[in-house]
Amino acid sequence: MTVGLVVVSHSARIAEGVVELAAQMAPSVTIAAAGGTDDGGIGTSFDRIQAALAEAESGDGVVVLCDLGSAVLTAETALELAEAPERIRIADAPIVEGAVAAAVAAESGDGLDAVVAAAEARQAEAAPPQAGDEPAGEAQRLELVLENEHGLHARPAAELVRTASGFDAAVTVEGVDAKSMLRVLALGLDRGSRVVFEATGPDARDALAAIEALARNRFGE
Amino acid sequence: MAEQHLDGAWTRRWIEAVAAAVSSRKAELTALDRAIGDADHGENLDRGFQAVLGKLDALDDGATPGAVLKLVATTLISTVGGAAGPLYGTAFLKGAMAAGERDALDAAGLVEVLTAARDGIVARGKAELQDKTMVDAWTPAVDAAAAAGDDVRAVLEAAAEAAQAGAVATEPLVAHKGRASYLGERAIGHRDPGAESTALMLRAAAETR
Repeated sequence: MTVGLVVVSHSARIAEGVVELAAQMAPSVTIAAAGGTDDGGIGTSFDRIQAALAEAESGDGVVVLCDLGSAVLTAETALELAEAPERIRIADAPIVEGAVAAAVAAESGDGLDAVVAAAEARQAEAAPPQAGDEPAGEAQRLELVLENEHGLHARPAAELVRTASGFDAAVTVEGVDAKSMLRVLALGLDRGSRVVFEATGPDARDALAAIEALARNRFGE
Repeated sequence: MAEQHLDGAWTRRWIEAVAAAVSSRKAELTALDRAIGDADHGENLDRGFQAVLGKLDALDDGATPGAVLKLVATTLISTVGGAAGPLYGTAFLKGAMAAGERDALDAAGLVEVLTAARDGIVARGKAELQDKTMVDAWTPAVDAAAAAGDDVRAVLEAAAEAAQAGAVATEPLVAHKGRASYLGERAIGHRDPGAESTALMLRAAAETR
């Protein structure tokens, strides 16, 4: 079971497109689209949102990503009238980036709060995990050159985030949190970039070893 | 002498009058929305209230004001399709909850319903006064209603007048909520469509006997 996602947009095609993009990185997460009005026009549909919430809920909760105005208002109304509103969260995040980040977090087994936090993480407030927060051991360091043809784009970035998230360690890539999809993507690392990873915490060595193996495997590409 | 209590039958007549007014002024509401929004306010509200009309028939003859308001709320929420759906839907829902099981509303009860409706809109949309939204019609209406004494007709008339004045007063404002907030100073000089539809609903109430 994973946290499910609902994408609410004024446009059915936007909602479906965002779902398609996010699902590519999260094959086991249920992501439901709720776009457009009941008759296929531009707007938001309470009934479509309710149906999408039901579809995405597998017991672990649902995170909702919205575009503009009435998408948020209608989602909030649906949440208020839901049977278990405590298992539904509306993320305050840009719809595309937020959905991708939330999907990756849900895919790696994160709970409701962590999936919301992943969606809401913003590059502007990017603060690398402080070494001081991790008393267990000094920082481990790994430096390598990216070999992926298109650099660390969405899919390899998702692999990195998923790998880093599996360890009890604070891991950074070029100084940003390697467990945050948005922050990793925002680095815009191209092929040939020399990239520094650092890790602290109990699993620091293992985390970097796994990342090194992943990079050697071109992040699965 | 006018009746001093608004019962379920009055509430139903009011909603029918709102539906008729929205229908006849649909183009005007949409034109206001075209200037500073997404040009769908009139059509959206009309779709919602036409759906309400279809469901009113199925309601019991003895339905209370609260029951009528609740039916309007759930129908608008699921049929309007724009921000007006959740906003008016919440307003009618909170109004229905304030009306409770009462068979009829006196002036004080009416003020409670209006206040709850306004509070619901504020809670849902998080707009403040002067943000160029329907709140700019609702809040003056609630204030005027509360000060109008214990004659329901006087309360309705005061609310309708204040809502219309509030709607007109949105014209010089810059919007801070809703689609118009993307326009900055270009919104100046245009009346907020939501404030205007609020004024329309309360005017219909004042004219419903």
